[in-house]
Amino acid sequence: MIEMINVYKKYPNGIVAANGIDVKIEQGDFVYVVGPSGAGKTTFIKMMYREERPTSGDILINGINLATLKNSKVPLLRRQIGVVFQDFKLLPRLSVYENVAFALEVIEETPKVIRQKVMDVLELVGLKGKARMFPTELSGGEQQRVSIARSIVNRPKLVIADEPTGNLDPETSWEIMNIFKEINARGTTIIMATHNREIVNTIRHRVIAVEGGLITRDEYGGEYGYEG
Amino acid sequence: MKGRTLARHFRESLKSISRNGWMTFASVSAVTVTLLLVGVFVMIMMNLNKVADDLEKDVEIKVYVELTADEAAITKLEQDIKDTTGIEEVTYSPKGEELSKLVVDFGEDLRLFEQQNPLHDVFYAKATNPQETEKVAAKLDRLDNTFEVKYGEGKIEKLFSFLNTGRNVGLVLILALLFTAMFLISNTIRITIVARRRDIEIMKLVGATNWFIRIPFILEGMWLGILGAIIPITLVTVLYSNIYKLLEPKLESGNLFKLLEFSPFIYQVNALILLMGVLIGIWGSFMSVRKFLRV
Ligand SMILES: Nc1ncnc2c1ncn2[C@@H]1O[C@H](COP(=O)(O)OP(=O)(O)OP(=O)(O)O)[C@@H](O)[C@H]1O
Ligand SMILES: [Mg+2]
Repeated sequence: MIEMINVYKKYPNGIVAANGIDVKIEQGDFVYVVGPSGAGKTTFIKMMYREERPTSGDILINGINLATLKNSKVPLLRRQIGVVFQDFKLLPRLSVYENVAFALEVIEETPKVIRQKVMDVLELVGLKGKARMFPTELSGGEQQRVSIARSIVNRPKLVIADEPTGNLDPETSWEIMNIFKEINARGTTIIMATHNREIVNTIRHRVIAVEGGLITRDEYGGEYGYEG
Repeated sequence: MKGRTLARHFRESLKSISRNGWMTFASVSAVTVTLLLVGVFVMIMMNLNKVADDLEKDVEIKVYVELTADEAAITKLEQDIKDTTGIEEVTYSPKGEELSKLVVDFGEDLRLFEQQNPLHDVFYAKATNPQETEKVAAKLDRLDNTFEVKYGEGKIEKLFSFLNTGRNVGLVLILALLFTAMFLISNTIRITIVARRRDIEIMKLVGATNWFIRIPFILEGMWLGILGAIIPITLVTVLYSNIYKLLEPKLESGNLFKLLEFSPFIYQVNALILLMGVLIGIWGSFMSVRKFLRV
């Protein structure tokens, strides 16, 4: 369902962050993307929801070629992908409920369906009681759970997360992983960039290692494989 | 776009107005100040223009008939004057009547002349377009049996050039004011939107189309315009009604010119203020949000 073919990305400042990436990810896979800082993990991920465009090569998601996708169609692509950001990217003036509902308002769901789905997903991430609070009133872990709730409320087939536990303490990180585990169990593909060796080594999944813009290792049930 | 989405955008714009506290306040203040200036200015300009119109309408061309002209010639001359293009309202005043006017102005002594009236019969005419008085007067002068044509030459030209300059200056000032208003308001709105630049980026990342993001901002601009129009409309209305009450009785007696009637004039000014507020608000939001929507 996701395929990258000879993807190359050079930033305007001359840095090459993807140097010929070839990879295939099947529906339902759980993939860790690991590698040292500056290896190109975030770039790899950003290209999947067209925050960045590849300089050359093709990226196919559910048969859509992102390299040739028109700008006006990008919103349609993003509605099919749930993205969890390291810095959460919540709308500060909207409540927890409204932040999650936003993803459904965008696809013009009925208010009734929106209420039902938002409450269901807030229950899943354990934030039902904080629906009326604002992001600034929440802890980092809670904000991250709102961000996850927003990314999955629309039941996308693919969820992408860039260091979702990067800002969280170990205990909260495990809670977050449990949510991902549950989503993955429903058949959702999960791609997660992470520096968390403990998680990668404990909950074993496919590991893709990126270094210098290249995939240097790709194994199912692999280890984190870096120091620190 | 579905109806419920439009309803959502309306709700969202209202929420944003109330949640953005001081930013809303700043924008509304900017709109208020500029609309107030525009309103007062338009009020003054429209009335000055009315005064100018009244003064112009007062300009008369006086056609003195040759003393030798007989009745048939006078009838023909009247027809000729009426047939001249650019002329309206021709009235005839025979020399007897002319003398009576002088008696009224200068005293009974003049009645001595009633036996041997030295005055001319006169036609009073008005140019359809007062600004063309000079041209029309020259045409009348060429007709048969006219002794002299007078319209206050010299004075009239000065009055007209004064009024025209006044009108042009007024127009330029209004345009300059409007331009400043647009600039000031769109700048204030831009500042409030720059503060929400990150929100716009996030919305895009979550799959919102440009229009989905834009419409609530545009509606918000509209509310800002409407809120900003409230004080100017109230003040301008109160101000004009007081000025009207104060000045109108005095002008009534002078009878040279009058102020514009309170209704419908003040409603037109109010509608203009509201319309401008709304347009400027919408335009300001649209322009400001446009910059941040580029992918
Ligand atoms: N917007 C950008 N403009 C220019 N260069 C960039 C940009 N984003 C990333 N880079 C560069 O591309 C390279 C890869 O960056 P990327 O963010 O993909 O690394 P990463 O693997 O996610 O690192 P980290 O683990 O620290 O998050 C780095 O050298 C970085 O400096
Ligand atoms: Mg990164």
